[in-house]
Amino acid sequence: MSKKDLGLLILILVVGAIVAIINPRFLLPINLANTSNLIGLFGILSIGQAFVIITGGIELSVGSVVALLGTLFIDFIAVRELDWPLAFVLIIALGAIIGLVHGWLITRLKLQPFVVTLCGLLIYRGVARFYTADGTAGFAFGQNFPELEFLTAGRSWGVPNSFIALIVIAIVMWVVLHRSVFGRYLYAIGKNEEAAKYSGIRTGRIVMTAYVICGVLTALSAIYFAMYTRSISPASHGQFYELYAIAAAVLGGFSLRGGEGSLIGVILGTVLLQELQNLVNLLGIPSSLNFAVMGGVILIGVLVDQQWGVFRARRLMVDAARKNIAGAPAE
Amino acid sequence: MNYSDTSIAVTTPFLSLESVRKTYPGVVALDGFSMEVRPGEVIGLVGENGAGKSTLMKILGGVTTPDAGTITVDGTAHKGLSVEGSLDSGIAFVHQELNLFENLDVAANVFFGREPLRAGPLKLVDRSKLREMVAPLLKRVGANFSADAQVADLSLAQQQMVEIAKALSIKARLVILDEPTSSLPLAETDKLLDVIKALKADGISVIFISHRLHEVERVADRVVVLRDGMLAGTLGKRDINHDQMVKLMIGRMLKEREKASEAARAPGATALAAKAIRTPSYPGRPVDLDVRRGEILGLAGLVGSGRTELARVFFGIDGSLGGMLELDGKPLVLGSAADAVAQGIFLVPEDRKLTGILLDLSIAQNISLPNLPAHARRSLVSASAETATAEKQKKDLGIKAPSVQTRTGTLSGGNQQKVVLGKWLAMNPKVMILDEPTRGIDIGAKAEIYGLMRALADAGVAVLMISSDMEEVIGVSDRIAVMHEGQISGILDKDQFSQENVLLLAVGKQPK
Repeated sequence: MSKKDLGLLILILVVGAIVAIINPRFLLPINLANTSNLIGLFGILSIGQAFVIITGGIELSVGSVVALLGTLFIDFIAVRELDWPLAFVLIIALGAIIGLVHGWLITRLKLQPFVVTLCGLLIYRGVARFYTADGTAGFAFGQNFPELEFLTAGRSWGVPNSFIALIVIAIVMWVVLHRSVFGRYLYAIGKNEEAAKYSGIRTGRIVMTAYVICGVLTALSAIYFAMYTRSISPASHGQFYELYAIAAAVLGGFSLRGGEGSLIGVILGTVLLQELQNLVNLLGIPSSLNFAVMGGVILIGVLVDQQWGVFRARRLMVDAARKNIAGAPAE
Repeated sequence: MNYSDTSIAVTTPFLSLESVRKTYPGVVALDGFSMEVRPGEVIGLVGENGAGKSTLMKILGGVTTPDAGTITVDGTAHKGLSVEGSLDSGIAFVHQELNLFENLDVAANVFFGREPLRAGPLKLVDRSKLREMVAPLLKRVGANFSADAQVADLSLAQQQMVEIAKALSIKARLVILDEPTSSLPLAETDKLLDVIKALKADGISVIFISHRLHEVERVADRVVVLRDGMLAGTLGKRDINHDQMVKLMIGRMLKEREKASEAARAPGATALAAKAIRTPSYPGRPVDLDVRRGEILGLAGLVGSGRTELARVFFGIDGSLGGMLELDGKPLVLGSAADAVAQGIFLVPEDRKLTGILLDLSIAQNISLPNLPAHARRSLVSASAETATAEKQKKDLGIKAPSVQTRTGTLSGGNQQKVVLGKWLAMNPKVMILDEPTRGIDIGAKAEIYGLMRALADAGVAVLMISSDMEEVIGVSDRIAVMHEGQISGILDKDQFSQENVLLLAVGKQPK
């Protein structure tokens, strides 16, 4: 765990302790379970975003994708009565296709990620609303999917299964990002795409794969979100989720220029965001201030991180100067 | 070694530095350095990278203040100069990277921010007066273009003249030219050297910083050599010659330039062949070229003659617009650099920091990057395998770094270049293309890189070396191909090697 991640973890614990002291309900099992469920849902989404950000790209359409794929999923199983495993596979495949198309537009047709995914944001939202004729997609009375519901909204030993899913995915993706050849390529491309290309890396394919990973994880989280809310009004479902994901990554130490960030960081970033949401609820802060609190904390976090970097660079220089004066031989 | 020209010695110096010292954390950049510049004197300032030239420039430009010593300008002693102080006393800089607005015309550039204004509340620029003011300055630098010309339309040498005119417009008494010829084609270099002579005739002093020693030889009245932040020596007009400068720069004589051991090396079979290849920059000019196994083929030519573009096609970065490539006699289709790497065709690119290495990654990570799957088990990178490969290259190439985990961004240019070489040497090169392999590299490290190229060729690798350094091309190559405007204008064998022949081919004429 890097120092940055450690700092974030301490911040999470300190904020948690303060909230718990002011309002002991924070530590009630029901509150912790609810919060960790949300951490699970947003965490899966944010990991996908992190893979795109590490390449220096951005994926703005994830909120709309959550709405579109969530709507389709409920429609598939509740209205068209497909078997849920089949519907599950279809939705994941659709997520992969969306990622593939974005990656293709970005790497082959050289469009900017911001532009491509901004268009996606508008398109998928529009399609979702059109598909339901601006109605709400939901389950009919008495419809039950016991296994699916257990896997998505159920609990094991009191821990939400969505949170367990996040932990499993996080471990797998940690290995992929920090230990695999593919992960090294991602970092290399994020740092300097040209140099990576001149080292014989097929940069286009790697970047495209990052968008596919993002699409798949977004589709998975779309299913989780759908099963959590159980009814979806496509006009508002998943709105701003792309910003939650980007915020989690930035809080977790990712640079939007690419090439920087860790998987633990993005998970901790998600935890902090959800903790703040919970804090707003528990401390009786007007919920209209929700976004303002989040924005303020992110700004302070990024600022402290930046200043800490400047401070350290200065201290290094002063140390070096001292050594120099003390007569250590200069190179 | 000290100058003793009494004719110059009587005039009082315009600028003199005395025992100037400047330290940065961990480094003594300048140590007890003294020098004088007399009116109308052209001083050649030479030294290896890191010898302290940039620090000296920063002090003269007022960007930084020395820790000790005095700077006397025009009889007034200072502890240090400020940026304004330096400008006011008539010190002007022409940097390697020009600071011109390409979208404006010459006149607007010369008096930028100091334009003569018309009377009235609108303060419009008085264009006719501006032209009157610029015309004499352009005449003084011998410009062959008008004040209305767009800077973007001018050649590099002409743009440098605009910079010098700008310097004259602030009544400069000392013009400092920092590597002005490093990106100039040969013909334009002559023009610039003429401008320097014209400045001298007007009584303006010039400090000419250059790695191109023969140009320094031609133009300098006196040469000041820096080494490790100290004055290594001064050469008076009569003592200025190439070998003396090199000796002072590196503190010893370079061993005799590697003589091509056997006059007639048996030429190997053709490794890489270009058959009527058309590059995107010269689509109308097909290129035919053979690179043979076991030889170093030098590729000479003027800047912009299409050499780098050809290398990019050989390495799969750019597609060819026609013709075909062959490797060992078999057709070769390259869709990307990855395809070239898979075939054993490697490129050491011209721009080390942008395309050669990843500055943020460690030495080990850079070296393993092109061959990462071989350093992994079940797609998981093995740090020990990476370290082992890198350690071997570090030892073989003599990369100077605390460890292979060191970030490459902290290394010197020569060591960075060795990392680029190391990543390819760790694989099995068939064809090695090096684009300006020693640009910006110390003389000592240069010799090592020449040695490496020769060792590669001896091991049967086909080596293609693109270089603008004439001495390097002639000293290192087994054959020289010369490019002129996108085409191979001729190929010289060892017995035809001469600077003159290369130059003639480079400008599209026949060699003697």
